[in-house]
Amino acid sequence: MTFRDSIETFNGCKTHLMRGGKGPPMLFLHGAAGARAWLPFMERLAQGFDLVVPEHPGFGRSDSPDWLDNVGDLAYFYLDVIETLGLSGVHLVGTSLGGWVAAEIAVRDCRDLKTLTLSAPAGIHVKGLSKGDTFLWSPEQMVRNLVHDPALAEKMLAQPVSDEQQFADMKNRLTMAKLTWQPRLYNPHLAKWLHRINVPTLILWGDDDKVIPPGYGPAFQKLIPGSRLDVIADCGHLPQVERMEEWTGKIASFIAEVAS
Amino acid sequence: MKFFAFHLMPYAALDPDYDKQHNTAWVTLPNSYYDPKIGHQLYNRYLDELEYCDALGFDGICVNEHHQNAYGLMPVPGVMAGALSRRTKNAKIAVLGRALPLLNNPLVVAEEFAMLDNITGGRLVAGFVRGIGAEYHSWGANPAESHDRFHEAHDLILQAWTQPGPSVFEGKYYHFQYVNCWPRPYQQPHPPIWIPSQGSRETIEWASHPSRKYTYLQTFSPVTALARYMGMYRESAEKYGYTATSEQVGWAVPTYVAETDEIARREAKPHIEFFLNKLLRMPQEMLLPPGYLSLSSMQGVMAAKRALSTGNQTLEDVVEKGVFLCGSPATLREKLERYQQEIGFGYLLPSIHFGTLPHELVKKSSELFATEVMPYFRARAATPARVAAG
Repeated sequence: MTFRDSIETFNGCKTHLMRGGKGPPMLFLHGAAGARAWLPFMERLAQGFDLVVPEHPGFGRSDSPDWLDNVGDLAYFYLDVIETLGLSGVHLVGTSLGGWVAAEIAVRDCRDLKTLTLSAPAGIHVKGLSKGDTFLWSPEQMVRNLVHDPALAEKMLAQPVSDEQQFADMKNRLTMAKLTWQPRLYNPHLAKWLHRINVPTLILWGDDDKVIPPGYGPAFQKLIPGSRLDVIADCGHLPQVERMEEWTGKIASFIAEVAS
Repeated sequence: MKFFAFHLMPYAALDPDYDKQHNTAWVTLPNSYYDPKIGHQLYNRYLDELEYCDALGFDGICVNEHHQNAYGLMPVPGVMAGALSRRTKNAKIAVLGRALPLLNNPLVVAEEFAMLDNITGGRLVAGFVRGIGAEYHSWGANPAESHDRFHEAHDLILQAWTQPGPSVFEGKYYHFQYVNCWPRPYQQPHPPIWIPSQGSRETIEWASHPSRKYTYLQTFSPVTALARYMGMYRESAEKYGYTATSEQVGWAVPTYVAETDEIARREAKPHIEFFLNKLLRMPQEMLLPPGYLSLSSMQGVMAAKRALSTGNQTLEDVVEKGVFLCGSPATLREKLERYQQEIGFGYLLPSIHFGTLPHELVKKSSELFATEVMPYFRARAATPARVAAG
């Protein structure tokens, strides 16, 4: 499968965009690690959808615009992107930070959204349910804590890290700090408005998520009317990587069921 | 050269085996390691030591700010400065906090410093810092906003001190309808401002700006780094069109003096090594949270710090690098004279205590420093030194 790699300008912000596949439009919003490369789960989604994968402002090859202060800014940015690209009836999918952005978009305006999929989203806080302190983890601890399967962690740790990637990682971490340091990984006002989401919503969570514990799944499910929670067994914070077949399969069948 | 005695006031009774279970003396080290009865004794002993330095004729004494750690027990340095302000008569009192970006309302610093300046009749030196990276973990303050908040808080405090109140402050992070500091500072237009730093081009260019000309203090760095950053300050001043004086740069360094080099090293060794290997211990992620440094500085400093904090450090390592001044009075005179000629700093801030150094040795070393090192430089200070060229 081929995808198109480009730099597009939205609101004066040069944005790295990957796009490939055929079918109804799907917008994928990435998590803390950015979206540098076209990964196998994107390839799989692109078999049924016209998949659009931007890198958020402040991440990877995208600009760090002066106006970027919080996740709400990203939500408005993407509402503009959806409008500019004409992505009417888009299936919106976000993981982790991207899930938070997706939820912030949806509470603002669901009119262009066909469905919403939140995979281990950040964005809310449940008292007594601590998230992992990713900013105190060493790069090695980070990898080990991101996945369930130690063998997968070993495989990931064995991958060489280029200078270019190291710099992108630093830039991504800086933007993550800017957006999520305090309050840590949530917006105290988001939970009040999640009831505004009025499109079919799927919530996916790994049962061994050490970044945002799976207890957040039922909390989101209760706050979004009619939403469905699906927990993936033996899986950490990155089901799109660790359980690629299952994760993409669940999204595809959810969409086939509710949006046909 | 002027001499300011510096104190970190660590929890010297820290169980040295803490690091079998914990990887740091900061942020996450359980405070069950702290015994308030010992703390009571330590606080009073440490204050005695700074008061003693006033009596010995040091030009100033310094307190410091760190949060939630065993390394330094002065989270609210104004408390210590307040205690010292009535018991000392001559020494300047330098508060080398305050970590401005950690504060929700920096006007509290304008007020606190103005109070101290009034009580002491103008003996206050006002320090402004960003705090070290660990503070941002302890305090939940966003490290990515650190630089911007520091500059804005500084502007707010200066406005509170220098503009007739009430005035309006309109910033991004702080917005006040009534900036109206009671009391006004005793020293006019405001107390001298010192900027302690571990070294950053951004900070130096800001501090050396002609509208500020703040004294830049290099803290706990090898003497080669000291030379580099002081040179940077001088070059920056030249670019702004003026020549920096030696009063604009200072060096904070742990210092120990004894009868001979051999005695000094033997007496200091376990205590400086406790400081280096137990109290300073923290992982990279704690020291340098994302955004604390700009992306370009981050790459350079990470490499340098990794070299500095690899494995256990010994007294010999830090004496060799010039991170620790240790020896007989003659050795210290010789080293300081050479460093000063090469680098040209106008303030020296010897850390008279470090790690577990006992009270009697702090007293002995401070006495020797005051009687056998300081007078040598004061006698030579007939002509004001310029920051050395080249």
